[in-house]
Amino acid sequence: MIEIRNATYRWRGAAADCLDIESLALAAGGSLFLHGPSGSGKSTLLGLLAGVLAPRTGDVKVLGTAMEDLSAVQRDAFRADHVGYIFQQFNLLPYLSIEDNVLLACRFSALRSKRAEEAARSPLGHARHLLKGMGLDEELWHRKASELSVGQQQRVAAARALIGSPELVIADEPTSALDAALRDGFMRLLLAECARAGSALVFVSHDERLADHFVRRLSLPAINRASVRQGSEEVTA
Amino acid sequence: MRTLLTIAWRSGWNRRATLALVAFSIGLSTFLLLGFERVRADIRESFSQSVSGTDLIVGARTGGVQLMLYSIFHLGGATNNIRMDSVRAIEQNRNVAWVVPLSLGDSHHGFPVLATTPEFFTRFQYGYRQRLALASGRLFHGSLDGLYDTVIGAEVADALGYRLGQHITLSHGAGGPGGIEHADKPFTVVGILQRTGTPVDRTVHISLEAMEAIHLDWAGGAPMPGVSIPAAMARKFDLAPKQVTAALVGLKSRAAVFGVQRFVADYPQEALMAVLPGVALDQLWDVVGVGEKALLALSALVAVVSFAGLIAVILAGLNERRRELAVLRAVGAGPRQVLLLLLVEGTLVAALGVVFGAVLVAVSTFGLGPWIQSHYGIVLDASAPSAAEWQLVAEIVAAGVIASLIPAWRAYRLSLVDGLSPKV
Repeated sequence: MIEIRNATYRWRGAAADCLDIESLALAAGGSLFLHGPSGSGKSTLLGLLAGVLAPRTGDVKVLGTAMEDLSAVQRDAFRADHVGYIFQQFNLLPYLSIEDNVLLACRFSALRSKRAEEAARSPLGHARHLLKGMGLDEELWHRKASELSVGQQQRVAAARALIGSPELVIADEPTSALDAALRDGFMRLLLAECARAGSALVFVSHDERLADHFVRRLSLPAINRASVRQGSEEVTA
Repeated sequence: MRTLLTIAWRSGWNRRATLALVAFSIGLSTFLLLGFERVRADIRESFSQSVSGTDLIVGARTGGVQLMLYSIFHLGGATNNIRMDSVRAIEQNRNVAWVVPLSLGDSHHGFPVLATTPEFFTRFQYGYRQRLALASGRLFHGSLDGLYDTVIGAEVADALGYRLGQHITLSHGAGGPGGIEHADKPFTVVGILQRTGTPVDRTVHISLEAMEAIHLDWAGGAPMPGVSIPAAMARKFDLAPKQVTAALVGLKSRAAVFGVQRFVADYPQEALMAVLPGVALDQLWDVVGVGEKALLALSALVAVVSFAGLIAVILAGLNERRRELAVLRAVGAGPRQVLLLLLVEGTLVAALGVVFGAVLVAVSTFGLGPWIQSHYGIVLDASAPSAAEWQLVAEIVAAGVIASLIPAWRAYRLSLVDGLSPKV
């Protein structure tokens, strides 16, 4: 599913790499908790996995496809087809209805649209199925995204990430804006739906309490050799 | 593409208050540009349709444009009259088929009075060689019995509510406050002409003899003190005109036009000139063209300002929409699609503005057309847009696309830099 080998990334104009990972692997359908405080190279790693960035050196393979071999346009298409992404907050387009926000993922990918049809006869059917699965009542579906609470918005975002059953779901601190009660509910629903869709889940958070939901956990600062170097530089400086 | 169009539309609708203002300002500049183009084209059309079948216009030596303006459009005044002898001499030229003398100067409620021969009604043509026709009544004969007969244009009849048999008096000169009426010699409306869309509609026609008659007891532009010749008595005087303002000339063959023009210019007894109506009109457009260009430049500048507004509004909103762009990137949109999205948005706003402006032009020509026609004699064409107008519309939309490229490019850069983590 995911295979990273000696991948490095450096921001344009920067003197040193901000990410340097010797190896990271995740099997299809598996889930992984990445513990990453800010500054540990989290955005960069997720950018690489989502195909927004390409590694400077080394290999980032997702579904057996080497990201570094694809053009930027191909990587965008790859992301549309195979990756669902959940942000920390502000996941939805405020001017679209809940249903349309979920369907947005199908609009950019014929493959996801087709798979949603296979799963529930139509993309809309799949969207509704997922919304129901995420515990969102039917009466909310036609509302504007801006009318929902933050907790509800995050669940809509999860439904969008899962529509058309992408092979990989990336969640970037999706619970940081939620309080404890909502957080656990969200985690259970997300994991259950990922398992049902057969999607692998990469979950990033600085909140280690969430790690209990996962079998496999990794600390990003521990695997990112660049952050170690940066850390030592800071000390010497 | 359909997805982007939908998103652009919904996103724009979400910010409709500001974008509508921008579309409104683009609409107004479209209105200016299109309206100006239409009025310009229709004025030219009106002017060039006003006379046809007349080969030369003869008058006292002056500017060609001026001669044309006062003899056909009754705008401005003649510097000098010409003698009737001269008109007869031109009539004798072997290339000349007909001559219709015109005498101007008086008015009726602001409408110009044209004294001419009955032949005017058969010789004068407008549009594509269309002849004048009566809507009701008859023409004047030029006989002494019908000395005070008048034939009025359609607009005169409509505006003043005149019908056949109506008695009217003429004002000396342009009329207005302090003007003197020819009250002692009232005229009778015997004929009303059909509408032509030319200055004829706004003209009161009388015979040359009548013009002499109402000025019998006048000298130097004022009534002679102590002299009063009653209307009926006037018939006993010699009413043959000695002077006229100008004359329309028709030739046997158009080929002779320059020969006759030279004959008139070289006429030894009086300083005369002859102009070809088409040439005089071209000269007029040359003069007017400068003003037209200035107005067009000004309208274009207004359009530029409104497009600057479009750029500013979309650019200003862009920073707040970085999350929106990141969401789109997350579901698989590339920076190019983001660029396209913003391009579509700007173009939609510009296109809506143009549609609004075009509708405004259509509504105004439809609504104000009759008023403009009655006050200025210009027929505004309320039909489908001309090729020039379509071109103008295309140019404005193209300008909108180009203007939208600026925020679109900025969004492209932002979405490249931000990726999935907008720096807000």
